[in-house]
Amino acid sequence: MRTVNEAIYLKESASQTAGPYVHIGLAPQQAGFDIFEKNFSNVLVGPGTQGERIRIEGRVTDGSGTPVRDVLVELWQANAAGKYNHPADAQDKPLDPTFRGWGRACSDFKTGMWSFDTIKPGSVEGRGGRAMAPHVSLWIVARGINIGLNTRMYFSDEKDANAADPVLNLIEWEVRRQTLIGQRESALRDGAAVYRFDIQLQGPQETVFFDI
Amino acid sequence: MANERHTGGEFNARDRTQHPPAFAPTYKTSVLRSPRNALISLQNSLSEITAPVFKADELGELDHDLILNYSKGGLPIGERIIVHGHVLDEFGRGVPNALVEVWQANAGGRYRHRNDHYIAPVDPNFGGCGRMLTDRDGHYVYRTIKPGPYPWRNSVNDWRPAHIHYSVSGTGWVQRLITQMYFEADPLIAQCPIVRTIPSEAAIRQLIAVLDRNAGVPLDSLAYRFDIVLRGARATWFENRVQGQPAMQRE
Repeated sequence: MRTVNEAIYLKESASQTAGPYVHIGLAPQQAGFDIFEKNFSNVLVGPGTQGERIRIEGRVTDGSGTPVRDVLVELWQANAAGKYNHPADAQDKPLDPTFRGWGRACSDFKTGMWSFDTIKPGSVEGRGGRAMAPHVSLWIVARGINIGLNTRMYFSDEKDANAADPVLNLIEWEVRRQTLIGQRESALRDGAAVYRFDIQLQGPQETVFFDI
Repeated sequence: MANERHTGGEFNARDRTQHPPAFAPTYKTSVLRSPRNALISLQNSLSEITAPVFKADELGELDHDLILNYSKGGLPIGERIIVHGHVLDEFGRGVPNALVEVWQANAGGRYRHRNDHYIAPVDPNFGGCGRMLTDRDGHYVYRTIKPGPYPWRNSVNDWRPAHIHYSVSGTGWVQRLITQMYFEADPLIAQCPIVRTIPSEAAIRQLIAVLDRNAGVPLDSLAYRFDIVLRGARATWFENRVQGQPAMQRE
């Protein structure tokens, strides 16, 4: 029985792997069938979205270097002005009504490649008013991943901002910070800048994952 | 600021003792897919306390009715069930407007997925996925067919207990969760290598739906009740403000 002066909280439900058939629930067309009228996708931009068009693409590889071909990645980001489309963001910056800032991508079952079509986010105010360098948040689930992995991708053409970023600077090993930098390719593709971001689940070049 | 309670702020830190470790060798696929470095702990910033907002008009009317949402003129085979519950946070408050997505095998234990080649047949009238938004109290409900157990390659004869996969998106990015719901009194639960990745018996029990005789439809469907708990949004009276110039900041 509950008594006074006893801190009682519910416990977060335990995570379980998304399993090999995660696509049925989260991306049924990838599983091989049509069921919903509207589907979530890896395209975050509409015709009127403000900002520099970019594509983020890469592979997730396992500890043997093999591509994880059944991975699902979600992306969350601020708009071009550096504001999240969410009521808890009280920064004095404009919202872009055409941009939610969220997408979901599945890797190709043969190549393991996934991609997002989006815009480059602006800088967001971090804790204590310190600016965070432009970044996107990523969440990775798959068969064999027992609890979703959180990471961030920063941009290779933001060297100064990255050097001052409070989150990158929390990572003691400078060499590991490099695992969070998406590399901008020199040529545009279909009018969009391409950032390559490979995620390594395990091994010497293991990507930095966060406990957020 | 004595009586000012800041909301829309940070979330409780994740209690990792409730969750499976990344590396759980009895679930063999986790061996090469588990990071070996320690996770870097981050205090919440705006990037973590915000999350996508979903709207009712993005979902279809039958999206939460797995008995009808893939009907090709008939009904799926199997036990008709209703599943309902609340999405709560760690403080016991309902989480409104959470996106709940579910997917499952059919009554024979077969998934409608191009990579599933199990011998049990695909059901022509069953897709096996649904989605809904919680109401203002955090409640959700859907109708489906009870999934069957099925064998999988781990040991040579491992079987998954009947289960429904859940994906939940709450009000903050840190609340994002994928889990599975099991059914009360299934003897396969205790033997399942994926269930056994969870280190705590209490945490396992929390993933088992209970038969709810008062929520079914007489002569039609049984019901199961399954509550899900997401990270709690903290009430902070002092410091730790995620944005703006903090009065007292320690990093």
